[in-house]
Amino acid sequence: MTKHATTALAFCLSFALPAAAFADWQPNRPVEFVAAAGPGGGTDTFARVVQSALSKNELLTTPIIVTNKAGGSGAETFVYAKTSPKDPYKLFFGTQDAYVLPLASKLSYDPSKDLTPIAALVFDPFMLWVNPKSSGIEDVKGFIAKAKENPGKLKVGGAKAKEADETLMTLIEQAAGVDLTYIPFKSGSEAAIQVAGGHIEANVNNPAESVEQWKAGVQKPLCVFEDARLADKTVIADGKSWNDIPTCVEAGLDIKSFAQPRTVWMAANVPPEALAYYTQLLQKAAAAPEFVAYAERGAQIRKVLVGEEFKAFIAQHEASYRDMYKRNGWLRGEK
Amino acid sequence: MGNFGQLMDGFAVALTAHHVLIMIVGVLLGLVVGVLPGLGAPNGVSLLLPLTFTMDPISAIILLTSMYWGALFGGSTTSILFNIPGEPSSVATTFDGYPMAKQGQAVRALSLAFSSAGIGALTGVIVITLLSGWVAQFAMRFGAAEYFAVYFMAFASFIGMAGGSPFKTLVAMMLGFAAATVGMDTISGESRLTFEFDELIGGISFLIAVIGLFGLGELLLTMEEGLKFEGVKAKLDLRTIFRTVAEVPRYWATLVRSALIGCWMGITPGGPTAASFMSYALGRRFSRRGRHFGKGEPEGIIAPETADHSAGSCALLPMLALGIPGSATSAVMMGGLMIWGLSPGPMLFTTQPDFVWGLIASMYMGNIIAVVLVLATVPLFAYILKAPFTVVGPMITVVCVIGAYTVASHTFDIWLALLFGLAGYVFKKLDYPLAPFVLAMVLGDKAEDAFRQAMLTSDGSPAIFFSNGLVSTMMGLGIFLLLLPAITALAGRIRSGAHKAEAA
Repeated sequence: MTKHATTALAFCLSFALPAAAFADWQPNRPVEFVAAAGPGGGTDTFARVVQSALSKNELLTTPIIVTNKAGGSGAETFVYAKTSPKDPYKLFFGTQDAYVLPLASKLSYDPSKDLTPIAALVFDPFMLWVNPKSSGIEDVKGFIAKAKENPGKLKVGGAKAKEADETLMTLIEQAAGVDLTYIPFKSGSEAAIQVAGGHIEANVNNPAESVEQWKAGVQKPLCVFEDARLADKTVIADGKSWNDIPTCVEAGLDIKSFAQPRTVWMAANVPPEALAYYTQLLQKAAAAPEFVAYAERGAQIRKVLVGEEFKAFIAQHEASYRDMYKRNGWLRGEK
Repeated sequence: MGNFGQLMDGFAVALTAHHVLIMIVGVLLGLVVGVLPGLGAPNGVSLLLPLTFTMDPISAIILLTSMYWGALFGGSTTSILFNIPGEPSSVATTFDGYPMAKQGQAVRALSLAFSSAGIGALTGVIVITLLSGWVAQFAMRFGAAEYFAVYFMAFASFIGMAGGSPFKTLVAMMLGFAAATVGMDTISGESRLTFEFDELIGGISFLIAVIGLFGLGELLLTMEEGLKFEGVKAKLDLRTIFRTVAEVPRYWATLVRSALIGCWMGITPGGPTAASFMSYALGRRFSRRGRHFGKGEPEGIIAPETADHSAGSCALLPMLALGIPGSATSAVMMGGLMIWGLSPGPMLFTTQPDFVWGLIASMYMGNIIAVVLVLATVPLFAYILKAPFTVVGPMITVVCVIGAYTVASHTFDIWLALLFGLAGYVFKKLDYPLAPFVLAMVLGDKAEDAFRQAMLTSDGSPAIFFSNGLVSTMMGLGIFLLLLPAITALAGRIRSGAHKAEAA
């Protein structure tokens, strides 16, 4: 009954206030969340947390279906976006990969033409981790000293090749003037276990992927690649909290912020009212208790970007990646 | 005996009416997704995941794991009845299960598969109960070189044990490796063998290949042989089920060997699919009736099924203790764990004992419930075979096509499955074995990654594969398995040579 009343009211209002009607676009069938990662991966968890925040708080009452299109490091998701333009029932979840992947590989989608940015909901900081027992490294100075003594012998693990992790590793090499060997694994957690088992010396990782190893004493965070220390002061391990971990600049490694945005996209040419609707919806999701708990657990940085602000961020972030890729000789067509 | 006390506490958590009901529902749902090829356990579990957001974590994981058990059992059903593996890990079950069903013994084949699978699963859970603390430590010792050694053993046992021509085995395996390299390469970040098809960038799904090679390929053969389906003569005798279950303990040697292989492959990164193949290959080698494998031999069903399920159970342990999923399904469950607010890792056992031990206790009960339920469905499934081929044939085609589409909702995959169907037919006609192709496709890219990671770690020195006791033992065993047929052949020739010499 109330539902009918609301619909009737909305109907009347749509005549009275055409501008307000834009905000009244409502999905009336299931919405698909496409995650650019396999089940259990970071982006998959991100999409599913948003799903749970929306459905638990009844922010979105039509069913939400999460699908995974992880092929080609997630490129499959954005190619899929290209094949469904104007569709207001598909949201695409990723990281900076949406605009960084085409820099290195020949892909059939163009991020500026085939995707509509909605929002970045949270940022994952990166940390430098070592196994204190097997490597004997206790801090950034020790790490740099050991790398200088053994050029090319220090093994740093990360997720996949020519993406965020390897990029960050090359930044460390350039900043510290050392030569490291990068070893790509399928996922960040796999690299973390290799460090914990003492098979490789270090890895770069989001805090969430290594926090359990830290508690178990087989991994130790050296520094965080951020402009300021993380805020959380809850003691985690060794009597230390995230806040006690120095920034890399403080610790003597001159690399400023290197956070990974968790982004949401729509296909090209979607109705503007649908875009407005999802922009609002996702902002609400980011404020829901489920999402806040997720961000806190992963020691993520809670910052929401939408609209022009998000577009400006994308432009600047893509340019900085293009610059780093150019330096590493990874840009497509320049190999 | 601390583990035992905690297990009892776990039973107190799992043994409520509410949880038992959840287990039954989970197993039934799992059976459905397991029977449909392409849908499979990983997809099924991820479809169910949103439902669990409002449940408490222990009920949620019981639901998901019960569904997993159900799907593992369901996967064997279509393998046996139609030669279409519902799950990647039940491919090896087709080798003897399908011939046995074709001879009109579908009930026996299904009962054998289910009861040995149940025994395998329970062995796996017992291993988890006893060794949970130790396994996490042990799994940490696996670096890239050790990973490669595990895969190498699986390949070696297959080349060494294959019937038929070793060269044909090798050719099939190489083709499998080639198919596994399609898509984005982990180590270099480049796409390979995609020919600029967007559809190929994610690689060729193993399930598509299996649906085509086995399901459609077999269908083509059956059609050529004259549209006959021997299953028609199948007698439906309920007592067969009980007789078969009672028959299982006779194969204790196969059961023990397969369960050991399964647990080993589940704890190390091999996973259930590799475990079932390896167990089948070793079964053929070491069983007294090994020569009859492939013609509907009971041990040819028991070996892969037992290993598959013990590996499936054991694969949950690395997921809980290290946050490294041992199979696609446990990867989905791990995602669930994180959404419910639990972090898998070495500390989970101490911070969440109720959750961990409740889960382990539910694995005992979930598997027992699953065995009872699937045995009850045997007559129903066997009845399907009574339908004439003109009905069953088109039905299989539809199931295959839908299955190929469901894997990733790509229409391209349907064409790919049809292509693999033709390839499967050609393979069979020319007497090239399919199993090595499938094995190489499943493990090929993982083995390649591990090999190249190990080489990067050692700066290109192969000595890393013999750098410690663990990896040397595994590589040594692998090489021994690889050379075993050559050694036996040589020994045989020397012996017969000696005979000739004596005769002369």
